[in-house]
Amino acid sequence: MFRQLKQAILATLVLTLLCGLAYPLAMTGLAGFLFPKQAHGSLIDKDGKVIGSTLIGQSFVAPQYFHGRPSATTDSDPNDSTKQVPAPYNAASSNASNAAPTAKSLVADVGDRVAALKAENPDAQLPIPVDLVTTSASGLDPHISPAAALYQLPRVAKARGVAETDLTRLVATFTEPRSLGVLGEARVNVLDLNLALDREFPAR
Amino acid sequence: MTPVGILQIILFCATVTLTAIPLGLYMARIYQGERSWASVLLGPVERGLYRLCGIRPDQEQRWTSYAFSLLAFNLAGILVMYAILRLQAWLPLNPAAESAVPPDLAFNTAISFATNTNWQNYGGESTMSTLSQMLGMTVHNFTSAATGMSVAVALIRAFSRRSAKTVGNFYVDAFRSILYVLLPLAVVYTLFLVWQGVPQNLDSYVDATTLEGAKQVIAQGPVASQDAIKLLGTNGGGFFNANSAHPYENPSPLSNFSQMWALLVVSAALVFAFGKMVKDSRQGRALFIAMGLMLVVGAGVCYWAEAEGNPFFGALGIDQTASDQAPGGNMEGKEVRFGVANSALFATITTDTSCGAVNAMHDSFTPIGGLVPMANLMLNEVIFGGVGAGLHGMIVFVIVTVFIAGLMVGRTPEYLGKKMESKEVKLAVLTILVFPLSILGLGALTVVVPAGLAAIAAPGPHGLSEALYAYASTTANNGSAFAGFSGNSLYQNSMLGLAMLIGRFLVIVPTLAIAGSIAGKKIVPPSAGTFPTHGTLFIVLLIAVVIVVGGLTFFPVLALGPIVEQLALVAGTSF
Repeated sequence: MFRQLKQAILATLVLTLLCGLAYPLAMTGLAGFLFPKQAHGSLIDKDGKVIGSTLIGQSFVAPQYFHGRPSATTDSDPNDSTKQVPAPYNAASSNASNAAPTAKSLVADVGDRVAALKAENPDAQLPIPVDLVTTSASGLDPHISPAAALYQLPRVAKARGVAETDLTRLVATFTEPRSLGVLGEARVNVLDLNLALDREFPAR
Repeated sequence: MTPVGILQIILFCATVTLTAIPLGLYMARIYQGERSWASVLLGPVERGLYRLCGIRPDQEQRWTSYAFSLLAFNLAGILVMYAILRLQAWLPLNPAAESAVPPDLAFNTAISFATNTNWQNYGGESTMSTLSQMLGMTVHNFTSAATGMSVAVALIRAFSRRSAKTVGNFYVDAFRSILYVLLPLAVVYTLFLVWQGVPQNLDSYVDATTLEGAKQVIAQGPVASQDAIKLLGTNGGGFFNANSAHPYENPSPLSNFSQMWALLVVSAALVFAFGKMVKDSRQGRALFIAMGLMLVVGAGVCYWAEAEGNPFFGALGIDQTASDQAPGGNMEGKEVRFGVANSALFATITTDTSCGAVNAMHDSFTPIGGLVPMANLMLNEVIFGGVGAGLHGMIVFVIVTVFIAGLMVGRTPEYLGKKMESKEVKLAVLTILVFPLSILGLGALTVVVPAGLAAIAAPGPHGLSEALYAYASTTANNGSAFAGFSGNSLYQNSMLGLAMLIGRFLVIVPTLAIAGSIAGKKIVPPSAGTFPTHGTLFIVLLIAVVIVVGGLTFFPVLALGPIVEQLALVAGTSF
């Protein structure tokens, strides 16, 4: 009996050191050496300042940028820390809406987004792609579908005073096809695309 | 549904099958203590660990002693983890200055990780210190997986022995699972994930200034090392709140494909290891086919339902058609890079196995899309199931199946040459009944007690689904959620903790008792009257027993939850 308990405690401690310290620390060292960029979060520097991560979506509201998907992340209310207030693309607290498909609140939210989208994009000709009016699973989705980029294209072109064909070409460059031709979905990284926009067609 | 979506499912099934076979044969060698290149390489480490812990590897245990070691080891693990969570504010490696975890949440979380459930009533990046994630979560991801694997190995060993008193040594089975299987796979897989973009660092959270000039704090940490074992050990507890939907945990379609592979491959391999260890590979193959068929049907139904989209969205003029330019379907709570096909497949297999990692939010699935994962949980997690836990759960169903087949023809049932007598059948039925008892009993309690009802977020029948899913997930030691359900209250932390303990240890102990009883039996050679357990008839019968015995109990409550919600959705009724 006593021997059994001793074994249990010792085994727990030994495995805690092996799997909880040695393993993650060794992996941290090795990963940092082999893939330094990815290991530290695929961060993007611009003029010496971190402007984000290529993997983490950002909130875009200005008309001259392509917008990402709606985000359901929240943050604690600065005036009352017991409450949560909407804070899209909060990368310190990923979250989803977890809304039921039959919830009136979801249908109303999506309806509001459709109306807002139509108001922002009066020149849009294409049907509204579903990913542009639904919240993502992480609240940090860095991608939109190519259809969602093309939907917003007239607005961005107008705001920047650029020909739509130039932007169409840029969106095509930044459209990633399915990985290995089959896996996942075609997508556009919104932050990467907007960075390229600022480079090639600086806003007036 | 699109051809390329279906192609991805086929590709996935083929990849898992082709890799599970060699891995299973390798694992059989390890558990039988045969010499291999791995034992030459890691043998000295293994023996060193035994010396450190005072374990005598050649000392075999009866089932009672095996179970006692397992329980003592798990209890020690729960206590250590509880202490770490309560003390994290004063321990090092706490970059975001997280405070101590409250007692009820620490209780729930320690049990959750020790039972391989990884139900999370917290958001990882906003609650846990880096040290807690390493010493608590990551360690249990290994040990709880090894616990499940050891039970399966003890049960398999019982079938392959004749008139034996012992079933093996718990610590040897558990240590070998970690040292020869989980740890090497996790090391390689961690590096793969980092290559794909998963962070692995001890940095403080990054302050970024976005392109529009806003401030964005980006959480960091040793994500890849925890992610790798969370999948390989079918644990499922995410580093971040959004789990494998978070672009840091699962950045690309390729990482997603590999994660689906990782969360299934060890459970699938164990089925082949079983065939090898009982010296009849046809037996393993039959179980594999039964499991595989149920997996494919589930994935197909879930994919179809999600690809159909939400009729309410269609009515708003939203385009839900899938194409090369758009994922289409029900994209609420899903990520663009995965789309509908990969989200549905992930949801199906993460609930077939007891993994519970998610790459899309099950709560926002269409009713039928959400019914598939929920039904998977209720079938006792035997469609491959948790590492070890799924196989020993399936063998329990096999015992019931041969018993029912025996009743039909009036012969004493036998499996692998062992006569299944009243003791084994009683214990088998007992382990199966634990599921409805806990899911329906505790689930019913939560929807009548005010403290329980407070957790439900969704209105209408979906609210019942949320509560039902929570108790199915915790009892099945899965850990995925209809996450609108707020489990972080004193009531839910306690009751969900209880469900996890029931679903884990009230299954493991009777299973080990079955192993002890079977090990002591003679092996009778097959005769003309023996019901073959490797043919089509057996596979069909086994699937029928799993669905009828395991699933039918839950049909009435499913009718009140997802099924009535689907009818409402079609009729255009919202709540």
